[in-house]
Amino acid sequence: MTVLYFAWVRERTGVATEQVDTAAPTVAALVDELIAREPRYAAAFADLSAVRVAVDQVLADFDAPLAGVREVAFFPPMTGG
Amino acid sequence: MRVTVQSAPFDPAAFLAGFGAGRADVGAVVSFTGLVRDDSGQMQALEIEHYPGMTESAISAIISQAMARWALADARVIHRFGRLAVGEPIMAVATAARHRAAAFAAAEFLMDYLKSRAPFWKKEIGPAGAAWVVAKEGDEAALGRWRSEP
Repeated sequence: MTVLYFAWVRERTGVATEQVDTAAPTVAALVDELIAREPRYAAAFADLSAVRVAVDQVLADFDAPLAGVREVAFFPPMTGG
Repeated sequence: MRVTVQSAPFDPAAFLAGFGAGRADVGAVVSFTGLVRDDSGQMQALEIEHYPGMTESAISAIISQAMARWALADARVIHRFGRLAVGEPIMAVATAARHRAAAFAAAEFLMDYLKSRAPFWKKEIGPAGAAWVVAKEGDEAALGRWRSEP
């Protein structure tokens, strides 16, 4: 699936978008996989209360299922307006 | 309904041109324009990042909610991304309704939801470097009243 990162989450992972080969059943499980991969992910996900997630471009929770999902995005709380 | 997400500057007057016009069911048009504010007095620019694709659909969903809730005749949102100078318009909303109460309330609703539910992230560029703008707790709290009020 495609994983995207925005704002300071992107700055910490060092990539804006990447293809991730995963069988993680939920967003939370995907985060755990990424954290185990490299320290830059651990830095990006150090405080999950400061990270929001969108699944297929719709805001979701960390317990959202990933079956059939094409795109997951991680970012800080939004500051529009 | 119209949603525009662009990096280019926009003219708030042009944004409103023709909005709500030529219809018998519109008695009120309300608009809001947000400008780049410099609280520190040292800001050189504001950089806005967004999530292409989701930005447009998230704003459309927010407008659809407002249109259903207040039976709006029409609503329009424009929001910029990229590098903006102090004083430039960042975004604008406009609502058209039969009466002003609905037009005002819907415009406030749109603003509150755009603040914390549209995927934009602001970064302030200053002489000491750049800093991401942190979402205010009050922004999230502002959504609460729309859930409790009828």
